[in-house]
Order: sequence, then structure tokens, then C-alpha cells
Amino acid sequence: MAAEAAAPKRSAGRKLAGLFYGRPRLQVGSLLAGPVGWLVIGYLGSLAVLLITAFWSVDALSGEVVEEFGLENFEAIWNEPVYRDIIGRTVGVAAAVTVTDAIIAFPIAFYMAKVASNRGKALLVVGILLPLWSSYLVKVLAWRTMLSNEGIINWALEPFGLSGPGYGIVAVWLVMSYLWLPYMILPIYAGLERIPNSLISASEDLGAHPLTTFRRVILPLSFPAVVAGSIFTFSLTLGDYITPRLVSSDQFIGNVIFNNITNNQPFAAALAVVPIMVMIAYLLVARRLGAFEHV
Amino acid sequence: MRRDAHSARTAWLIVAGLVAFMLVLAGCGGGDDDTTGASADSGETLQKLGKGEGQVNLISWAGYVEPGWSKPFEQKTGCKVNNKVAGTSDEMVALMRTGEYDGVSASGNATARLFEGGDVAPVNVDLVPNYKTVFSDLKDQPYNTFDDQPYGIPHGRGANLLMWNDDDVSPAPTSWDVILDPKIASKYAGKISVYDDPIYIADAAVYLKMHEPDLGIENPYELNDEQFEAAVNLLKEQASNVGEYWSEAEKQISAYANGDATVGTTWQYQYFALLEEKEPVAASPASQGFLPKEGATGWSDTWMISNEAKNPNCMYEWMNWIIEPKVNAEVAEWFGEAPAQSLACDETENANFCADYHADNPAFWERVYYWETPLADCGDGSEDCKDYNEWVKAWTSIKG
Amino acid sequence: MRLSKRATWVLRTGVGLGLAFIYIPLIVVGIYAFNASGTTQKWPPPGLTLDWFPKALEDESVRESFLTSVEVGLVATLIAMLLGTLASLAVARHRFFGRETISFLVILPIALPGIVTGVAFSNTFTQVLGIDLSLFTVIVGHATFCIVVVYNNVIARLRRSSASFEEASADLGADTWQTFRHVTLPTMKTALVAGGLLAFALSFDEIIVTTFTLGAGDETLPIWIFRNLFRPNQLPVVNVVALLVILISIIPVYLAHRLSSDEGGVTGGKGGGDVKAEATAVP
Repeated sequence: MAAEAAAPKRSAGRKLAGLFYGRPRLQVGSLLAGPVGWLVIGYLGSLAVLLITAFWSVDALSGEVVEEFGLENFEAIWNEPVYRDIIGRTVGVAAAVTVTDAIIAFPIAFYMAKVASNRGKALLVVGILLPLWSSYLVKVLAWRTMLSNEGIINWALEPFGLSGPGYGIVAVWLVMSYLWLPYMILPIYAGLERIPNSLISASEDLGAHPLTTFRRVILPLSFPAVVAGSIFTFSLTLGDYITPRLVSSDQFIGNVIFNNITNNQPFAAALAVVPIMVMIAYLLVARRLGAFEHV
Repeated sequence: MRRDAHSARTAWLIVAGLVAFMLVLAGCGGGDDDTTGASADSGETLQKLGKGEGQVNLISWAGYVEPGWSKPFEQKTGCKVNNKVAGTSDEMVALMRTGEYDGVSASGNATARLFEGGDVAPVNVDLVPNYKTVFSDLKDQPYNTFDDQPYGIPHGRGANLLMWNDDDVSPAPTSWDVILDPKIASKYAGKISVYDDPIYIADAAVYLKMHEPDLGIENPYELNDEQFEAAVNLLKEQASNVGEYWSEAEKQISAYANGDATVGTTWQYQYFALLEEKEPVAASPASQGFLPKEGATGWSDTWMISNEAKNPNCMYEWMNWIIEPKVNAEVAEWFGEAPAQSLACDETENANFCADYHADNPAFWERVYYWETPLADCGDGSEDCKDYNEWVKAWTSIKG
Repeated sequence: MRLSKRATWVLRTGVGLGLAFIYIPLIVVGIYAFNASGTTQKWPPPGLTLDWFPKALEDESVRESFLTSVEVGLVATLIAMLLGTLASLAVARHRFFGRETISFLVILPIALPGIVTGVAFSNTFTQVLGIDLSLFTVIVGHATFCIVVVYNNVIARLRRSSASFEEASADLGADTWQTFRHVTLPTMKTALVAGGLLAFALSFDEIIVTTFTLGAGDETLPIWIFRNLFRPNQLPVVNVVALLVILISIIPVYLAHRLSSDEGGVTGGKGGGDVKAEATAVP
């Protein structure tokens, strides 16, 4: 340590730092001004402006928004059965994709976290992350090609007398499970890594069968991480309209919003309220389950 | 715990306050932008052709703007062509409303909307020399003339085709019932390919005009409750047999080529592309006027110029170029539609092209129902026809 | 964990199948990059050819859109890194009202459907602010949903490192900036970079928000791909481009992993967590 250090010069930076000293609220304020301003005014504000239009309607010919307050859009969504079908279909597929991905991801993440050697771990992490860099569109198109009548799936199943699912809801479920799998693997891997090995050893020392250890130690401890991963798989499926368009003819929430956004923005905004509410509810539950520490 | 709940609540109150602030801002700023009515800027028709601006931003149907004629245009005028292909009229209207494009090749179910929305300007036809020799039954039509002013330059016209895979569909269909009659359509369940746009309801109406005359359908775009419901129900039945609703032309091409589609509605563009790939597709022959026996819906497309065009001079050059006799001939033969330019008939590679495509035969076009914007105004005094908003809503229900 | 040989074998098979599931479609993409047919993608492909590679490399629009994507990604990532760091510093090191809601707020842009975010932004830009759509508007959109990625990585690291190092630095006479530069920043540096790389990947491949916030003359790589996805004789070029992007991206992915594994892994730490804070004494 330097013995006789001269007092540092009072530069402008230091003077400014002095302003912050002892004023924690000023510190926090200036730290948060940027991000919170951006997110609240920029993002939430934009959302609010969009959602306000949900109460308006549109002139059929000119396409101009008629700024008169009314609930017709919401009534239409509530009364017309097709929207209930579409919402049900979307939420159902989102749930199916989430469960599927959790089941596929867990063994992989477990192997990476607890069984693989260091080198194996590194290779696997890189191997899981690499597909995230390949274009989403190209991946969906690859699946469209594979699922087509003369695609690889039918070709492979033909000798067994079977045929692939073709296009449709099954295809959408399959492709979405494929696309979002890395988003589920990574948080679970992180969560499993955080479980001290000593806990597992202790459980084994106490005489528990590996399955019991898994059920009563590992699963509960890693559950928040699974929920964290599910936020992505659920939300990404909920809002997607490109995949349903490319591998099916079924309408999902994203599709009807997309179809209406150009000519009837108020109606599209009213439709958008549904996934927004669903996601906010999902996030609140996820936060309760501790997922936010694991995202 | 209590302190956390209190602070969280305060935080949300602050968030709400800031959001309210944003809304006020929106109210002050956004109010003026929506009121550009048709009257506002329509006085800005170009009076004199000036120097090109160096580029032109177009929205067009697939196959309308191809290097074969856009590259020579760029060389001749120095206007670089930036083209965005749109799949449906809805897309075109939406894109035009952004004000980022100079022009669009609009069909009849877009032109009226663009005019009412104040998105397009009248065209000064004196600045488009080639307009004089355009077929007269394309001028001053209700879909390209508003307020007694021409609002665009005709591009060409055609009918929607019924196309099928010759190996899989027999006998060769002569009627739309192969995809609209539930008994026949179910033979091809899962392989039917239908245009993904609410305007397709008119196709069902055209079918019902012949097969259920009691409904009294005259104009397939002006349907009252009863007629509309019949058309919608027909399409709902069809939906269970439809394999894919298409809006990108290329997507349909690959569907037919891969055997995922064997029969459906299409444009000549896809038909020619598949023939070139030696795929076994067939459509109603020229001897039948390319039409199944009920007739068909079709389109007569018009190049319109945006009210907020940043490159108006280049746009006028484009509009004149596209109906240049040699160019319009190339355009028509490439896509497979009837040219708008009468002098193009001497320039086509196939000497019988114009005859085959009935370019100079107004009587033929009586069986083709050009796309139009459905309005509440039935044209006969009553106002209870279904407007386009209803068509859009119904289309969502049809697809399920 | 002690597993029986059979259990390990079963696990290994599961992992193998999972990896096969992940990579088979990518291999199919790779094969179709050599597809002899320009218009259809049947299986098996009619033949193989190298013709598409020079076409892809010569195509000007490929290069332009690639560079645009890189440009947008870099700027959006920088903004996200800045805002994400600020937010995580506030949440990890201070107590204030509304602290719990910051995590919620930050994750919202990525949790809500992309089409909602895209349309909301597009609406605000064109109607409320009256400005044209351009690369700037795209960057704003991308930065917004990238904040969460940086935020999560940095805050995880900050939570694992002790605040006492910073306090010690202050006790030794360092002002706020010096403490940040010499104590805090080195601690979170690799987490920041790992988060930044992930944010860049997110922005690079994004299409939905981009569709709604892009101006007429610009094009990012995903937009280019979407435009060419069904054009005849362009589809194999698209596959070539996708293949090349995957191959090129091995570098940043590997880099990201190496950087974060130095300080505990891209997603977290082992067991209790290793902390190697490089606190350098202020002279």
C-alpha cells in the first residue's frame, strides 16, 4: 500500500461522485432513469396506446379509426365461437409444447449438469446453443419440407407402412417443441448446476434409491428452473403466427391478430388483449414459484 | 413482507402515472394523423414531369415487376426499382397506408379503399403518353376512376384459374364443383388449395349464382344476409377438405410440386411456373375461355400513385413504361394475363396471344367478376349488403 | 451422483436422441444447400451441386442484409448492455420501492407476443411521434427485448459476488466511478459479454418485431430470408446462407462459453458458486 499518497485531485468526475455519496436515492434514481424510462414510457406507453384502440372501431371503407368508445370488439370475440376455438387451440398447443420440452430437456440438462465430464459439458453447451444461431425461418422451412408429402419423414416411415403427420396442429406442436427446446434446456441446466452435489450425496448416504433422490431432492429444487424455461416455451408458442402459417392451415391467436392488424387495428388490439392477459397471469404465477431467480 | 407489498403497490401507481402521461402525449400527437381525408392532398397531382429522383418504391403482385423489364427501366430512367411483393390486397392497402411506397398495382378490392383512405392521388394522364392507346373498356371504370378523375394506369387483367394435377384428378373438371361441391370435393380432402383472402367468398357466390339461382345473386360482391350466409356455409363445408390456404404464390407452387396440393384456385403465374418445371398440371383450356362453366372471379389491376410519394417523377416514368407496347406484351405473356395496352398485341411473341386471352373482347369479361370492395351499398337503393369488415370476420369463422 | 451403469446408459441414449432431434433438421438444411433442383425440395434431392454457393456469396442483397443485421445487432446489444447493467446494478446493490417489479418489467417485452410488441412500437413511431420507420426504429425494438437477457446474466453474477468488495474500495478512498471501474466491472465483465452475445443472437434472428418496425428500403437478414423463402431458384441460396451462418456462429458461441466458464458458466455457477473478483487496490 502506498504510504504517503497525495490527496487525489478533485476532478469533475470526483466532484460528481461526491454528489452521489450518501445519497442512495439519487444513486438509484440515476441508475434506473434510463432503463425504467425506456421500458415504462417507451414500451408500456406504446402498449397502452395500442390497447386503447381496442375500444374503438374502424370505418369499413376508408379504414380510418373511429375514435368512439365501445365494447363491440370485445363482444365479438366473446360471442363468436370461432375465437374461443382459436384461443383454446393456441393455449392448448402452448401447454403441450411446454410439457413436451420439459420432458425432453430434463434428461439432457441433467446429464450436462451432473453426469458429463467437464469437456463433455462444454461440448454439450456449445452444441445446444449453436442451433439458436440458425435462422428460425430456415428451421421452420426445413420442417415444412420434411413433413411434406414427398419429404423425408414420409420417406423414412414408408417401409413400416406408416406416414408422417403431414401439416396441421400436430405439425405445429412438433415444430414448436423443436424450436424452443434450447430455451428450456439452458435454465434447467443452470438450475441443476446450482444444486450442491453435497445434498445429493447426503441423500444417497441416508440410503435413498437414486429415483427417490431424484423425486424428493432434485425435482423440487430444480422446479423453479423448469418454470423459468416454461416462460419462454409458453410465450413464444402463444404469439407465433409464422410457424402455423408454414406448417398448417389452422389459425392461432397470432394469425388472427396478424390478419386484422392491417384493416381493423382496433379489433386486432382487442384480440391482443387475450395473450397479454394470459402471459401476465402466467408471469405472476411463475414469479410466485420462484422462476425469476432462474431465468 | 408488508413493506414489500406497499412498495410494490407504489411502484405500480407510478407506472400507471407514467403510462397515463404517455397516453396524453399520444392524444395530443396522434390526433392529426388520421384525418387525411380524400380531399386533403388530392390537389397535389403532378403537373409537369421533372427529373427522376433516382429510385422508386413499388408494391406489386408476384410476377408483375420482373428484372426482364425493370432492369431496362432502370437503365433508361436511372430510377432504381425497389419492389415489395404482397400476397393479398389487404397487405397492399396496409403497406400503402404507411406512406413509405410510391405506387402499387392495386386490384379492385383495394382501389376504393385506398381512395377513401386518402392514400392515393389522381393521375395526370397527360403525363403518361402510352395511356392514349390503352383498351377503352379499361378506362373510366368504377374501380379506377373516382370523383370523375382517373386514379391509375391499367396494368392488365385476368381470371382466377382452376388448376389441377392431371395425374391425380380425373375426369378433367369443367366446373368449380370439384372443390365446392362437398360430395366431389371430399375425394380430394386435404389436397385442395384455396386462396387465403376474404374476397374468396365471392367465388362461392359465383358458384351459387349458377347452382342455386333462387338466391338471386347478381353481383357476387354485393350480397345480402341470405346470400352471404349461403356462401359462407358453402365455404365452411369446403374448409374441412382444404389442405392449405395460400397467399404466397411461390408457396402454392411448391405445394403442387411436392404433391401436397392437387386441385385448387390459382393464378396463371403459378400455372406457368409449374409447367416449366414439367409438373403434370392442367387448367381449363383456352377453348373454354380458361373458365369453368360458372365463370370466375378475376382482377383488373391498376397502378396507383401514393399521395405521399417521395419519388413521383420516377413513378410516372414507371407507369408509362409498364404500358409501353413492348413492355406490356412481355408483362402479359410472362404472367399470363390480358394486356392493357392495345398496341402490345402486335409485340407478343405468340401471335395469337391477345386472341387467346380475349384482350380485345369485352364480351368475354362479362363472365369474369373483377375483384371489388364489398360495400353496404347494394347499388339498387338498399344498404343492407355485407361490407368488407363482415367479409373479414366471416373469413376467420370459415377457416375455423 | 452415483448412477448404475444401466441408468447411465439409458440417460446417454436419451441425450443422444435429444441431440439427434435437434440436429437432424439442421443437417437437412445443409443437404438442401446442395440441392440440384432450384424450385422443389423433395426427398431425396434429385442431385447435388455446388452452384448455389457462389450465387450466395455474389448476391449483393445477401451481403447488404447481413451487414444491416450485424449493424442493428451491435447497436441494439450495446443499448441493451447499458440499460441492463444499470438496472441490475440498481436492483442488486440497493433497496428501493418497486424493486421486485423491475424483473417483471424487464421480462415483459420478451414474454408478450412479438406481434404485439411490433405493432405497438410501429403505432407509436408512425402515429404518435410521426417519424418514419427506419433502422433506428428497428434498433429501438430490438434493444427493448434484449435488455432482459443482459439483465439476467449480470444480476445473477452480481448476486453471487459480495458487495463488501465495493464497500472496501470506497473505504479506501475510491469514488463511485473508480469503484465501478476497478471493482464492479471486472466482476461482471464476463457475464456482461455472455449476455451481450446472447442478446446479439436474439436480435440477429428476430423477424416479427422487425417486420413491423422496418422502413421500406432496409432489410435485415431474416427479412431477406423471408422474402426469398419461396422464390424459385432462391430457396437453395437461402439454405446456403443459413448453413454459412451456422458455421460462422460456432466462433461467438464457443467464445461466449469460454468467457463465462472462466467465472462459472454461461448460466450460473456450480454448487455454491466460485467468485473470482479481481479487485485491484487503488494506488
